[in-house]
Amino acid sequence: MSLPRYLGRKAAWYLGALLVAILLNFLLPRLIPGNPVDTIVSSLSRGGVEGSQLHAIHAHYVHEFGLDKPLWQQFVVYLGHLAHGDLGVSFAQSPATVQGLIGQALPWSIALQLPAILLGWLVGNVLGALAAYRGGWFDRGAFLGSLFTSSMPYYCVAILLLYLLAVVIPVLPPSGGYSFGNSPELSAAFVSDALTHYWLPFLSLVIVFVGGQAVGMRSMAVYELGSDYVNYDRGLGLRDRTIIRYIFRNAMLPQVTGLALSIGTLVGGALITEIVFSYPGVGTLLFTAISQNDYPVVTGLTLLIAVAVLVANFCVEIAYGIIDPRIRASSRGER
Amino acid sequence: MSAARFSARFYVAAGIVAAVLLFGLVAPLVFRTHQVGDVVGGLYDHPSAHAWLGTDNLGHDVFTNLMYGTRTSLLIGLVAGAIATLLGVAVGTLAGYRGGAVEEGLMGFTNVILAIPSIVVLVLISIALGTRSTLTLAVVLAVTSWPWTARAVRAQASSVRTREHLDVARLSGAGTFSLICYDVVPYMLSYICMAFVLQVSGAVLNEAALSMLGLGPSGGVSLGIMLHWALAWESVRTGAWWAFVPPTLLLTLLAFALLMLQSSLDELFNPRLRRHARRRRTARPAALPLPVERPVPEGAAE
Repeated sequence: MSLPRYLGRKAAWYLGALLVAILLNFLLPRLIPGNPVDTIVSSLSRGGVEGSQLHAIHAHYVHEFGLDKPLWQQFVVYLGHLAHGDLGVSFAQSPATVQGLIGQALPWSIALQLPAILLGWLVGNVLGALAAYRGGWFDRGAFLGSLFTSSMPYYCVAILLLYLLAVVIPVLPPSGGYSFGNSPELSAAFVSDALTHYWLPFLSLVIVFVGGQAVGMRSMAVYELGSDYVNYDRGLGLRDRTIIRYIFRNAMLPQVTGLALSIGTLVGGALITEIVFSYPGVGTLLFTAISQNDYPVVTGLTLLIAVAVLVANFCVEIAYGIIDPRIRASSRGER
Repeated sequence: MSAARFSARFYVAAGIVAAVLLFGLVAPLVFRTHQVGDVVGGLYDHPSAHAWLGTDNLGHDVFTNLMYGTRTSLLIGLVAGAIATLLGVAVGTLAGYRGGAVEEGLMGFTNVILAIPSIVVLVLISIALGTRSTLTLAVVLAVTSWPWTARAVRAQASSVRTREHLDVARLSGAGTFSLICYDVVPYMLSYICMAFVLQVSGAVLNEAALSMLGLGPSGGVSLGIMLHWALAWESVRTGAWWAFVPPTLLLTLLAFALLMLQSSLDELFNPRLRRHARRRRTARPAALPLPVERPVPEGAAE
């Protein structure tokens, strides 16, 4: 399959997935039993929202959902709002728009997750390849250690780290993205303050991710070690360093797909990590929105996460297709 | 493969899993001093002879919560794991065995679901449901996690399809259904077994993640719900370790043991992963299981 055709096919495919994600985001909140507007408003009134506010919300939502119109028309309206980047108005923080709230939270999440993904991926792969090659005690220790950290849920690592490094031995601040009383600005004092708050959530994400990548890389490298070209290299008397490089390159390719697949998992895991540390990112926003029945914010966030993960996976697959021509050939059968 | 030899790792993993199962299923029948929901003390009382692991934010006994929480989490994990494995095997086998348009359609559907992060679907469905019983939650978790299994099983099924014993079975007049049940699925049992273990651990962890977001089973206690309240009431920052360390350790232990169980089963079934097999690789078995696609445990998830 030629490169343009491969790209076109992947693009069409991811557009399909995107459409399904949008459909889910549109349909599922409308499945809330009974009339969604009544359910939302009555649950809000239990939460102590004032009467005048309730009326405004009710009117807003009958208009927003367009309940008198047929479903397909509602969907078109929904798509139109989306195209303008309009995700609606938050219930709990009424004048604030959903996109505004997300806009405040998003930079924190990206700054936390992107470096964690890249560093964890790199370190994990090197560790896995080394473990497979060295064998013996190093392998056993590294493998069991990686298996342990990778099987540990993100939030468990986060909770234990928080307890150990912020409560038992208070070397790092326990919560938030910056100190109380400090406001986000571009000054040296704020940046250094934000950095000290950054370490704990960052570490807890990296530890788990390193483990997962190392386990995958090790089993790939063990498999490669048994292959004929390695025996041949040994027969030729090549240096270990050279053989490792060959193995690394060959075992690397599936790991790129692994990266694409684990992005979705990592984003999900990072959401909860943020909650543990009360980090001001999208995870904490989602948590508060759920506890306040703030449906517009929740659906806005789920849509954002779905789109972000789809885009990230799309980019990785495109890169993969360019790196390795065999993938384009085999994807004919595998899709 | 010669006679099955279990590694030490297998026994350790199986032992831990059995211990947790025992704790969740039998302990509530043995230790009956407190019931779930009994108020036995104040806010975060220290562990004592009366309440072995102290009390939580509502004055409930943490040890009792831990027993019943483990039971709920295990129940959700096992039910969701079974349903997800069943769905995945059904879709995967059908696609792999039939091939052609059926395969294209089923796998296209599977891949679309796989591409959308499961935490998104979980959150949306949980919100749409309003109240969620333990069983509903298990079904919801299963509905979002089967595509992994389906994709891996399809690869296996399409390789089994080309084997000769199927021709023999076909010649003897077996129908499609009997072919799939007696001649295709048994050859993938080793993989299905591992997939089930992974699905269970994935479901337990996803339940905990959902509960921590505030979308857990309503009106019950699970390991995730215990963590949710421990975080919401700042037990970590006030140093009330008994409220959050036990569920954290149990979840970690269970997840680790299940993954270790899976990996030792993997080594047992797949000789290529064994190191000593590499040294004596003159006689390779003819029909090796395919290298297993390692599903990422969702620590939403995982």
